[in-house]
Amino acid sequence: MNPEKKIRVLMAKPGLDGHDRGVKIVARAYRDAGFEVIYGGVHQTPEQIVNTAIQEDIDLIGLSCLSGAHVHLFSEVARQLREKSVHNITIIGGGIIPEEDIPRLEETGISKVFLPGTPLNEIIEWTKREVKFDER
Amino acid sequence: MFTNKTLNQVRQGIQRWLQEVKKSTNDFSKERRFSTVSDLAINPVYTPEDIKDLDFDSSIGHPGIYPFTRGCQPTGYRGRIWTFRMFSGFGTAEDTNKRWHQLLKEGETGLSTAFDFPTLMGYDSDSSKATAEVGKCGVAIDTLADLEVLTHNIPLDKVTTSMTINPPASVLWAMYLVAAEKQGVGWDKIGGTIQNDMLKEFIAQKTLMCPPEPSVRLISDTIEFGTKHIPRWNTISISGYHIREAGSTAVQELAFTLADGIAYVQDVIDRKKLDVDDFAPRLSFFFNSHIDFFEEVAKFRAARRIWAKIMRDRFKARNPRSWWMRFHTQTAGCSLTAQQPFNNVVRTATEALAAVLGGTQSLHTNSLDEVLALPSDFAVNIALRTQQILAEETGIINTIDPLGGSYFVEALTNEMEEAALEYIERIDKLGGMLAAIEKGFPQTEITNAAYNFQQQIDKGEKIMVGVNKYVAEEKTPIELLKIDERVEAEQVHRLREVKRTRDNRRVAQILSDLRFACKSDRNVMPYVIEAVKEYTTEQEICDVYRDVFGEYRDPGFY
Repeated sequence: MNPEKKIRVLMAKPGLDGHDRGVKIVARAYRDAGFEVIYGGVHQTPEQIVNTAIQEDIDLIGLSCLSGAHVHLFSEVARQLREKSVHNITIIGGGIIPEEDIPRLEETGISKVFLPGTPLNEIIEWTKREVKFDER
Repeated sequence: MFTNKTLNQVRQGIQRWLQEVKKSTNDFSKERRFSTVSDLAINPVYTPEDIKDLDFDSSIGHPGIYPFTRGCQPTGYRGRIWTFRMFSGFGTAEDTNKRWHQLLKEGETGLSTAFDFPTLMGYDSDSSKATAEVGKCGVAIDTLADLEVLTHNIPLDKVTTSMTINPPASVLWAMYLVAAEKQGVGWDKIGGTIQNDMLKEFIAQKTLMCPPEPSVRLISDTIEFGTKHIPRWNTISISGYHIREAGSTAVQELAFTLADGIAYVQDVIDRKKLDVDDFAPRLSFFFNSHIDFFEEVAKFRAARRIWAKIMRDRFKARNPRSWWMRFHTQTAGCSLTAQQPFNNVVRTATEALAAVLGGTQSLHTNSLDEVLALPSDFAVNIALRTQQILAEETGIINTIDPLGGSYFVEALTNEMEEAALEYIERIDKLGGMLAAIEKGFPQTEITNAAYNFQQQIDKGEKIMVGVNKYVAEEKTPIELLKIDERVEAEQVHRLREVKRTRDNRRVAQILSDLRFACKSDRNVMPYVIEAVKEYTTEQEICDVYRDVFGEYRDPGFY
């Protein structure tokens, strides 16, 4: 493994919700912690997110949704990745997500959901621990 | 305001006080930086020295008189209590109509509509973009048929309605106008507000459709139409709320909102050749009331004073009604916590108190569960009762601007004004708000502030109870409102029925006329009204906008 290589992160908001305060803060925290960050921005379709992730050789996708459509949108990103036989990208999520939805999201392939109030450091540490470099 | 003798006494007194501070064992002034939630440094005490240059008449003055620091109404809340206006909407039009009737029964005095994301973005419920979003964050509206259900048995000549709608504002407003007409209520009798403020969307909330320039043109069309035909309608609600929720400071909220206002006024004057006094009295504003009590009160007071000066001196308005700033306030959603949610009642009450002491015309109080979901009936009721307790029990309505004259509040009001004017000058130098947005200036300033705040929270320099201090191990059980999964199917079914039974040839003809109006400099409103009358869908109209004006993609400054 190349020790110089940085974890590549794609931060994006699927769907119609444009509330981007959280996703931008997390994107900045990753950048400040030395990760390579691609900010995909708001109003992305799951397909756009998946395509960007593949093209940009992404290790981790961070999804944010505050509109209530998270189960559909997050799991759709995970499904499309599987459909394209991509298995080495970790997906995490955040936003206004009822705790009872977390098991459903985990079943569909979301590795971790970070709820409001999570310290940035916790997200960074989790990522360093759990996300393996892509050895392609 | 003070004689030299008084000021000399004050200065001597300050010296004596500083001696006392030195003797004090808990030396608070050295150890810790005391600042507002927006990180504005605050002095330990304020005296006449801090406001010695203040001229009473031109800076504080009297209620209902320029510069309106003490409020727009000469009679304050004695003459008229602020409007209890709860932002509400979910599921189908039937669901929301039921909630509206319930709220009116409980003593709400104005309506405020929350639309779902597809409606906010100009997509119909059967669009692929709408999947899993229909009725979730608000009520789903596709055609006039839905709006007729929404306003069923609501006396539109008696209750005013606010509609939080931005890119498709012209469409939803047209539906409301036609629904009123069908109720037999004339356009001179209806009152309300459309938010219709796109600049803050590019800056903060990102409910986007067309690029900035044509978006402002559509707004000027609505302002012109309202000025000529709907005398009691506020055709825009120039909003700082979302700027603040995106993480701005109080000063940034104030400055960017006023700079947006300047851009709209200038566009109407330039594009529509209207006299500023023709339309300025119907401009309205919308602010956030955050948790830092005095900072908010100062912000509201400064906002009125700055706007009065801008309108009188910059735009040369002569009608005092053009100078005054009327505004709606919502307590800060971003100050609420998912942890220990019942504490949110206290936060909202404090913020509501700041809004009222700041002189708001209308108020929405957040429900304790809004950080988790759309509010339940139980939670909404507490939020509404919070306003009613403030209005009926606390005595704060007895006198106007009771914090006026406080050394601290006046000094902070001045400081907010100066800092906001500096921002406005920078925006002017960048070429105005549209140019500033293109350069990412307000967006980046807000993200910096939001990131700074988050870091302060993570370090424990700023406290959120239940989040980074006084954390509870046990979860508070709370019952949340669930949006029935049937909503999407029902809504799509109704939309298909409407499309099947309307005159589709007529719809096609009107859409073609609308396209022509968009390409010319004609006002689009008469065409949109004709379109909604024939049950043209929201998306069909917005597709014309998107087609003619293009679609805007957020450049993603972070």
